[in-house]
Amino acid sequence: MKVTIVDYNSGNISSVINSFKEVAKDKVNIEVTADLNKIKSSDKVVLPGQGSFKSCVDALNKIKGLTEALNEFAINDKKPLLGICVGLQMFANIGYEETETKGLGWISGKVSKIDNQNGKYKLPHIGWNQINLVKQSKIFENIENNSHMYFVHSYEFLPEDKNVISATTDYSSDIVCAVEKENIFGTQFHPEKSDKLGLKIIDNFINI
Amino acid sequence: MLKNRIIPCLDVKNGRVVKGINFVDLKDAGDPVEQAKIYSDGGADEICFLDITASNENRDTIYDVVERTSKKCFVPLTVGGGVRSIDDINKLLNCGADKVSINTAAVENPKVVLESSKKFGSQCIVVAIDAKKNGDKWEIFTHGGRNNSGLDALEYAKKMEDNGAGELLVTSMDRDGTQIGYDVSLMSKIASKVNIPLIASGGVGNLDHLVDGIKLGNASAVLAASIFHYGKHSVQEAKEYLDSKGIPVRI
Repeated sequence: MKVTIVDYNSGNISSVINSFKEVAKDKVNIEVTADLNKIKSSDKVVLPGQGSFKSCVDALNKIKGLTEALNEFAINDKKPLLGICVGLQMFANIGYEETETKGLGWISGKVSKIDNQNGKYKLPHIGWNQINLVKQSKIFENIENNSHMYFVHSYEFLPEDKNVISATTDYSSDIVCAVEKENIFGTQFHPEKSDKLGLKIIDNFINI
Repeated sequence: MLKNRIIPCLDVKNGRVVKGINFVDLKDAGDPVEQAKIYSDGGADEICFLDITASNENRDTIYDVVERTSKKCFVPLTVGGGVRSIDDINKLLNCGADKVSINTAAVENPKVVLESSKKFGSQCIVVAIDAKKNGDKWEIFTHGGRNNSGLDALEYAKKMEDNGAGELLVTSMDRDGTQIGYDVSLMSKIASKVNIPLIASGGVGNLDHLVDGIKLGNASAVLAASIFHYGKHSVQEAKEYLDSKGIPVRI
């Protein structure tokens, strides 16, 4: 099996690479590339993302054919894809960080700044927060409700269809922190930085 | 609910762990990678490395330490000390650091914070503030506490937030190494001035000091070195103690 981590200059992805390699050991081949053919021929794809929504979308668009290759992989071929942090956010139609920016449009919705209730809540939302599992998801197999995961973000994904939400976390309001729509998975938190439970989620994704 | 974080900090010199008492009088105490692994297995919410000889020779040893640690620890890793440029930040992130803390360079050239937070995202830019009390205000010190910049700590903290810092790591130079507790008055003043999370540092001698840092200092996270490092307390003990005092922690 081949799992590809998309390397599109979206910021620091070494932790994502390290965690997948740790879980994969020698059983699974982890590729780190933006090569379109390699992506299309993968069994699974991981779409990381750090920095702003706009900078990640810009970085995706800078690589000719990458968006189309991801579309082909996730939408036409319906192969499993995991978006992490801004990787998840880019599933939306539109994001409002820096300026209004079009996303991949895979899951209808928008990405807006978390309401900090006039300074009551610090932003970014940084640290360990509990996840509330709201529907069964393949990536949460053997993950208990209220498990702690590591977050760092100031923007939240607001999907139109609430049925795609697989987990939420409580910070100012119920923030969407994981989605599953058919073959498309996403976590707002960082499984690669969420210790053993995070590695378990990565293992679950690899084993889908 | 978001939990308060406990962050053990390891001072690293030439690739080895040390802990300074008021930044001098160093004692060698082990391999940073092994130490970090012990901490992360023990429930540390993050790990922090401070490269205290970064400005001198042997600078490259820290990259090796970071690279090896990031392959063994799967909690966030913050690295600071001697970070001068975008290029330094880039190298540390590429080696596997999740966040980089910037101290002297942020004072001398605030643009480093502005540019790096734009380039890498605010989530990985921590501004380290070393402050010392002078009359009724606190002033910013640089170069490991040797130089007084004369800048007002509160105004500086706000400015760093505006420049895109994701977090502030605030160390009281008066307390660092003394084990008499955080300067909670400094912490709470800065915490109320900014909307980004504050990590309290400098002066922890017992577990009640960690409680004070959060309850009185309004810190989102508490950083400590020697109480964990010399085996006085484990991270787990610290968490259980905080929990018993009604502070939300990840257990």
